[in-house]
Amino acid sequence: MANFEPTIIAFVCNWCTYTAADLAGTSRLGYPANVRLIRVMCTGMVDPKYVIKAFLEGADAVLVSGCHPGDCHYINGNYKARRRIKLLKEILPHFGFEDKRLRLTWIGASDGIQFAETIRDIVTQMKSLGPNAAKGTMVI
Amino acid sequence: MKTAKIKVKDGDLLATLQNFFRSILQLENISAILVPQHLPMKNVIMPTLVTDPNQLNGADPLAPVFPINAAKIVSRLTRKPMGQRVAVVLRPCEIRAFIELVKLKQGRIEEVVIVGIDCMGTYKNVDYTRIVGEQEIEFTSKFYRNFLSGKEIAEHEFDLNPACKACEYPVPIGADILIGLFGVDTNNTLLIQARTSKGEDLYRNLNLSHAEEPPERRAAVESLIAERTAYRDKMFEQTTEVTNSVEKLNIYLANCINCYNCRVACPVCYCKECVFVTDVFNHEPIQYLRWAKRKGIIKMPTDTVFYHITRLAHMSTACVGCGQCSNACPNNIPVMELFRTVSFRTQKGFEYEPGKSIEDEPPLSVFREDELSDVVGIGK
Repeated sequence: MANFEPTIIAFVCNWCTYTAADLAGTSRLGYPANVRLIRVMCTGMVDPKYVIKAFLEGADAVLVSGCHPGDCHYINGNYKARRRIKLLKEILPHFGFEDKRLRLTWIGASDGIQFAETIRDIVTQMKSLGPNAAKGTMVI
Repeated sequence: MKTAKIKVKDGDLLATLQNFFRSILQLENISAILVPQHLPMKNVIMPTLVTDPNQLNGADPLAPVFPINAAKIVSRLTRKPMGQRVAVVLRPCEIRAFIELVKLKQGRIEEVVIVGIDCMGTYKNVDYTRIVGEQEIEFTSKFYRNFLSGKEIAEHEFDLNPACKACEYPVPIGADILIGLFGVDTNNTLLIQARTSKGEDLYRNLNLSHAEEPPERRAAVESLIAERTAYRDKMFEQTTEVTNSVEKLNIYLANCINCYNCRVACPVCYCKECVFVTDVFNHEPIQYLRWAKRKGIIKMPTDTVFYHITRLAHMSTACVGCGQCSNACPNNIPVMELFRTVSFRTQKGFEYEPGKSIEDEPPLSVFREDELSDVVGIGK
């Protein structure tokens, strides 16, 4: 457990959080390499099955991150994402995927520091929570 | 709400109901009636669409079986305007499923008059076929007499569907016309209630004699609901216990062969083409080998747990608990128990009761700017 390095799948929107991640990079801010960024045009296109699949394949945490309310490039994609995350947060914990493994955040394009901090915090949380149970077992 | 009683001759509820349906069908503005019947060619019960009042002799809405959730049939009948009005005789869960389909734009409510009957529950399709044997309407008579007089109704080793035993909606909500059995002296009378203005229109033309709702009805309904709710809560508890981890879910679904019958039978799973039968899941052959290599072993067909959890994400807020999923499962996996247990959580999470009202918006079809702040952020 001491050497446990969690895998975090992050669905980040092109306009805000991806840009923030880019800013973190160009500002030479360090953050753990545990995160795998998947750039999507909007959090509103993150199908719940992307999240379910990630967990069943053994992701320790899934982060969905987009624009602050009112800032969505597509006006309301982030509100749709929020309802879907709410839905998943009702379903997944029933099957033992702890609530804190799924996170939704709003990180704006200029929030490079906040992006790096968010990733650091999630990694710390996952290290203390331990690996996702689906990781080591065959999921039928 | 207008209430009437109709006389039951010789305690024969079915004959009385058939006459009532005939009188509805003879109304000028009703073109047809959809009602479950014993088919003439074989002793099975199926929904039938009847325009001839003489073709109602096999009508049997009290038979303890429903081979499909007829909400799907009504949705098909109403997807475009017909220019005519049809009366549909449905079980409470079928009405609630139809209301959900209407809200999901899969049917129209304008041209149907919904006739709902207090529901005593049903057997599994295969069990019903075995129990009923050569009997037709006689079996139904025995069933409702036993049920309504509070006698044991389990036949041999067979019992009612768990979905029915866990159903807290034995009395139809959303019906235009309600036919009441519980707390009613069914040896002599049936209760008829017009519960909407559409129902009242029809009621007025039927020349019924006005009556009061029997005072015993409320208590009878409440005690039935209490009994079923207790069963339901116990079912939730037991199901949670055996599905609350991936390992346990693997065991629970181990017999699943990905036939997707539960999705086909589900009244609220309405996609024309389910994503699980599209090319999205037609993986490259080499992909299976890659997956197998990663863990050393994979079960074939793949994506079983993925399918069930995704289906829950799609339909759980609309699940009315009719149990047709379990009815359709070829391997007797108690899928209804799982789907209802999770659906109870999601419905509570969105404070949504499927089928309750045509006005309540399906949770995933709307959003507000200022809501659900508790799901945002990374906590501590």
